Amino acid sequence: MNRSLRPLLATALIFLFAYLMAVGQHPGMLSTRVVGNFLTDNAFLGIAAVGMTFVILSGGIDLSVGAVIGFTTVLIAVLIMWVGLHPLAAFAVALAVAALFGAVMGAAIHYLRVPSFIVTLAGMFLARGGASVLSPDSIGIEHDFYTAVSRSYILMPGGGRLTVIGMIMLAVFALAILLAHRTRFGSNIYALGGSETSAALMGVPVARTTIAIYALSSALAGLAGVVFSLYTSAGYSLNALGVELDAIAAVVIGGTLLTGGYGFVAGTFIGVMLQGLVQTYIVFDGTLSSWWTKIVVGVLLFMFIVLQRLVFRAGPRRT
Amino acid sequence: MAEEMAAPGGRPVLEAQGIVKIFGQHRALDGVDFTAHAGEVHALLGENGAGKSTLIKILTGAYQPDEGELRLDGTPIQLRNPLHGQSFGIGTVYQEVNLLPNRSVAENLFLGRQPTRFGLVDRAGIVRRARELLARYGLDIDVRAELSEFSVAVQQIVAIARAVELSGKVLVLDEPTASLDRNEVERLFDVVRGLRADGLAIIFITHFLDQVFALADRVTILRNGTRVATQPLAALNTTDVVRMMLGKDMAFEHHPSALAGGPRGAVRVEFKGIGRKGMPPFDLAIHEGEVVGVAGLLGSGRTEVARLMFGVDAAEGGEVRVDGEAVSVRNPAQAVAAGFGFCPEDRKLDGIFGDLSVRENIIIALQAKLGWFRALNHEDQIELAGRYAEALDIRAASHDMPVKLLSGGNQQKVILARWLAIDPTFLILDEPTRGIDVGAHAEIVRTINRLREEGLALFVISSELDEVVAYSNRVVVMRDREMVAELEGDAIAPEAIVEAIAGTTREARA
Repeated sequence: MNRSLRPLLATALIFLFAYLMAVGQHPGMLSTRVVGNFLTDNAFLGIAAVGMTFVILSGGIDLSVGAVIGFTTVLIAVLIMWVGLHPLAAFAVALAVAALFGAVMGAAIHYLRVPSFIVTLAGMFLARGGASVLSPDSIGIEHDFYTAVSRSYILMPGGGRLTVIGMIMLAVFALAILLAHRTRFGSNIYALGGSETSAALMGVPVARTTIAIYALSSALAGLAGVVFSLYTSAGYSLNALGVELDAIAAVVIGGTLLTGGYGFVAGTFIGVMLQGLVQTYIVFDGTLSSWWTKIVVGVLLFMFIVLQRLVFRAGPRRT
Repeated sequence: MAEEMAAPGGRPVLEAQGIVKIFGQHRALDGVDFTAHAGEVHALLGENGAGKSTLIKILTGAYQPDEGELRLDGTPIQLRNPLHGQSFGIGTVYQEVNLLPNRSVAENLFLGRQPTRFGLVDRAGIVRRARELLARYGLDIDVRAELSEFSVAVQQIVAIARAVELSGKVLVLDEPTASLDRNEVERLFDVVRGLRADGLAIIFITHFLDQVFALADRVTILRNGTRVATQPLAALNTTDVVRMMLGKDMAFEHHPSALAGGPRGAVRVEFKGIGRKGMPPFDLAIHEGEVVGVAGLLGSGRTEVARLMFGVDAAEGGEVRVDGEAVSVRNPAQAVAAGFGFCPEDRKLDGIFGDLSVRENIIIALQAKLGWFRALNHEDQIELAGRYAEALDIRAASHDMPVKLLSGGNQQKVILARWLAIDPTFLILDEPTRGIDVGAHAEIVRTINRLREEGLALFVISSELDEVVAYSNRVVVMRDREMVAELEGDAIAPEAIVEAIAGTTREARA
């Protein structure tokens, strides 16, 4: 078996096991209602984590994700409530701004040879600061479009609701899986993560690919901001604090190697769901502090890093 | 003497004429001509610093020549980078495989030109075509498996297959066999012979002479940035090739008799069964007041021996004795404690601390030996530096200037001074005269002779046979990572060393 599949398989098994355990204690968790809430509550994290997956696969990191989500929610609120744009127009502007922001970071990383860690750290401060300058206070969004979206859903058998934002996340994952595994752009991302020198010698357009990766990550963070805005009907500069770290955790728990080159978008989906599962369990339990989510995620993260070390240490050889 | 002889194969494909490449003050290539013909394997030989890799980088587009011209099929070309060279038909396979370890074999073969259907990559098509392609190289493997799961030999063949697919005129093999075992080398050679039959021009760089004779049709030998010869291999034997590489003609000077068979003291350092993976164990005893010179081609294991002796690479088994007492030399700190000193081959990288002053560079080994809590005071430092600078005639405007501003010869003397300051029992010098000007050579040789007279035991590696002869009481010759010959007294002569390196006794030419 392809060894990069092993961490993915481990994640899937752990998720299944944890879900069964949770259902054993709280049979109510086995319902489409819970699944529907899973998807809705974690939509923004899932979308952001998809962008993060591409960045990490290419051997980089994007710390600006949470700040870009926060900035986007404020920008959308400002455009709708103060400027008077239709939400769809506001979304388009926000996505374009986010993509441009990411492209500039990607260009800085490539042309100035600055580590992505540093560039996106600067990006994080810029986006968060920019959001506070736009409006330091939370701006509530009242618009018919928002009301309509929140009332639209597909009723699943068993009474669960598949909301619009849940569907957006699923669509993003489906497209991202195609992009990663069935396009030249996807191959180029893996190539960069494997060895940038080799990739360049093999004709991968390194500059273009790097810029596109960070533009895509920021655009997806922007989309996560749109979803967050629909989810909370508000824009606030301190929204989604630290989400970049949750996204990184989801990516790594999903079996992607933090040093790049190995991993799957589908794994990230399971990583996000696993985090959602822990939160839901805590809600069902009722006695646990929500901080237990962090502890469990920390333990899982550590486990997976150790697992990957073991799997990727001096691989087997055939002749 | 460098007459171009008619190639056995076809027309010239890639021609380089009058190539000059200058780095700073140094002329790495000084008017080199080189021609690769269709249907030939053309070996490129030369010692370290001969200009081999610079020439290859110019032929593949990684460097641009300062003077001279490249022609492909008779048309002048200017290559901007290796990718550009590849688009002209010049493909390269390096020692360290430049493919993607994390992707499948099939994807490595087709990255950048994957067939697509409706905008999506046709994965089944890639797998099928990869299988067909590798079948032509006699390789039947699971092309969907990750590249890193296969041996280096298979990875090399995949790299060759990709290079030939993309380029198809000239194939440059840069040390492709360095990490392969014998069977793997044979397998690779079969592939190369097949490509030669297909009419490719193949340029083969290696430091294994037997492989050159096994595979190549012609050889070009470089030395000090100029071409020594381009000749069909059928007319040459190993001794001729070694002699041309080392730049020796028939008029060898004789070993100074003063040294021959001179008296030597008791055994100072003794190595018994020292070896490690890839480096067969060796035995060697070095006496007080003795210089053991080491000769051998690049890659023969000379530096590896030095690293084992100094504990840079820990030996697996074996023992080391100093003045009859067993000591542990598992790392350089223990070696220093045992009184060993080591001047490494790459002075700039492993020897000097460029930004530290001459004084600091001299006292650093002694300070390390004393430990952190017994700091040498400033006056002692100045005195020590002054004493050794005078003894070794280190010419520096001030002992407080950064050592990187000194000439190569003076830097080498600073490193020597550093080890002399710890009052060593045994000094290991790896290529002490490399990269320093000719005048300073003689001085280093004089210094080595003086240290020997003072009773030090020395182990000196050098490619300069004249120098080895001038200071050695004994010469150890290395080939294929083993000490294959030992010359002593009157037997020490450049000609004898060349023969021992080549592994032949004088024989009539075929």
